[in-house]
Amino acid sequence: MNDIVPELSVDSVTGIDVSLAVAGAGARSFAFIIDWFVRLVLALAWYALGAFVYNRGLSIAAPLTNDAAWFGAVVTPALAIYFLYHYAVELAMRGRTPGKRTAGIRIVARDGSAPGAGALLVRNVFRLIDTLPVLYCLGLVAVIATREHLRVGDMAAGTLLVYERDAAHLPPAAEAPRLDARASELVAELLERWPTLAPDARLQLGQQLLARYGGGAAAADESALRGALTMLLHGTAGAPP
Amino acid sequence: MKASSRQQALAASLMQRAGLWRQADARARQLARGRSDDAAAAAALADDYRLLAHDLARVRTLMPDSRTREFLEAAYARTHATLHHGAWRAGSALLTLLRVQLPRAVRELAPYIAWSTLIFVLAVAAGYALVQRYPELIALFASPDLIATVERGQLWTDGLLNIVPSSVLSVQILANNIVVSLFAYCAGFLFGLGTLYILGLNGMMLGAVFAFVGQHGLRGPLFNFIVAHGCVELSVMCLSGAAGAAVGEALVRPGEGGRIASFRDAALHSGPLLLACALLLVGAGLIEGFVSPNPSFPLWSRVTIGVGYWLLMVGLLSGRLFGTGRGET
Repeated sequence: MNDIVPELSVDSVTGIDVSLAVAGAGARSFAFIIDWFVRLVLALAWYALGAFVYNRGLSIAAPLTNDAAWFGAVVTPALAIYFLYHYAVELAMRGRTPGKRTAGIRIVARDGSAPGAGALLVRNVFRLIDTLPVLYCLGLVAVIATREHLRVGDMAAGTLLVYERDAAHLPPAAEAPRLDARASELVAELLERWPTLAPDARLQLGQQLLARYGGGAAAADESALRGALTMLLHGTAGAPP
Repeated sequence: MKASSRQQALAASLMQRAGLWRQADARARQLARGRSDDAAAAAALADDYRLLAHDLARVRTLMPDSRTREFLEAAYARTHATLHHGAWRAGSALLTLLRVQLPRAVRELAPYIAWSTLIFVLAVAAGYALVQRYPELIALFASPDLIATVERGQLWTDGLLNIVPSSVLSVQILANNIVVSLFAYCAGFLFGLGTLYILGLNGMMLGAVFAFVGQHGLRGPLFNFIVAHGCVELSVMCLSGAAGAAVGEALVRPGEGGRIASFRDAALHSGPLLLACALLLVGAGLIEGFVSPNPSFPLWSRVTIGVGYWLLMVGLLSGRLFGTGRGET
């Protein structure tokens, strides 16, 4: 689709490869930052709410002694939300997270399918390597340096981040042309030869085609006739969608 | 007819099939979400796949930079994934993981498990021999507090529950163990040297501490403390070390596919084992928090729990716990 954007090409029995555009460092970083905010807010929200309930008031202070209820109901879930966010959400959303959704990307296996639980685990465990020495430096260098923009976790898990095309949509149905292939060919050829034909001939041919395929549409002059034929061919007055 | 006219005409006629594309895309979405078990819909998906492939091939040529191509690429990819991989069902995926993928991973990693266990045992023996021969070297493996406590004739685990509740202790321990286990695995990325270091260090620490407490007549109480959770905890250390070693070897001696492909294969194959390790360590952490430091549990019950949990681990890893026969893959 675009020579600059690398693509994951998956073989198909039909002979037509499935093509998925691979996301780069920008989209990945954007998704990560959104997800980081989401998990931070969720973890802090849990901690704050849990502390309010535990302290029976608007206080987030921790108890002075090691209390099982505090640790089990407030601290542990908040830490679990923060540290297990990526794995749990990617598993539940089949390779997507709120951040990836916002960035329009998702994780796929090399065969284009959603990755399994094992692959997602490996991918997330290798964050330990990707974060080295600090702030995902190694991961970022790997993403920039590799052709398919892979961090170490992706290399290990056999996954890639590709652009989501869920938002892709067809032109509105009303714009779709109404001609079959034969009629389209005739109209297209007439329009192409329009400047070279004698005015009487092109007027006569155009009116014949409009009468046959135009559903009763009429044109007052030559210019209107040409516009009507273009509309008939493309569904709009302009170029094909 | 000129080529450009023909192309325009073909593009226009292709657009007449937009309705069929929308139907195909909707059907693929529905089946991918597992919201339909309709056999007719599933059969229609195969026809949709061919239709989309055919039209996409034409659109790639006729309208390479169009929204129509964007839509068809997405619909085709979705239909391909749905047709080849089916709907995602968490229950059956988990069952497949436990019945098929985990036992297969264990079988594939069997040589690595044997080697990493041997390395761990040798490290334990080395640590034991070292401190037995040179007692002052315990300072290399244990903290000053631990050494002072043992020299007073006590274990650092005595009265642990008076300081920290069992639940807190469990979570701290299992979190720590899981992190160590994952590090042992990830450290394989350093061409296996990191894994070797973690296995060796942990083994030597265990051996050294056993030798040290033995010199102060506390070997029995330490065994008493360790036996309930240690059987699985130490086994898991060897398992994650094995997974890390496999990753390391894939990088040191890549196969024909190249270093990255070998690394990917090794890491992916050990994924289910890693998941099992994490789950087993949660159980071991709970035992270590609730059973091991509790003096009301007699030795026989600790041994029973330790051996029972270890057998459960073996059942899980072999797949027998979830009904997998040896020959099933």
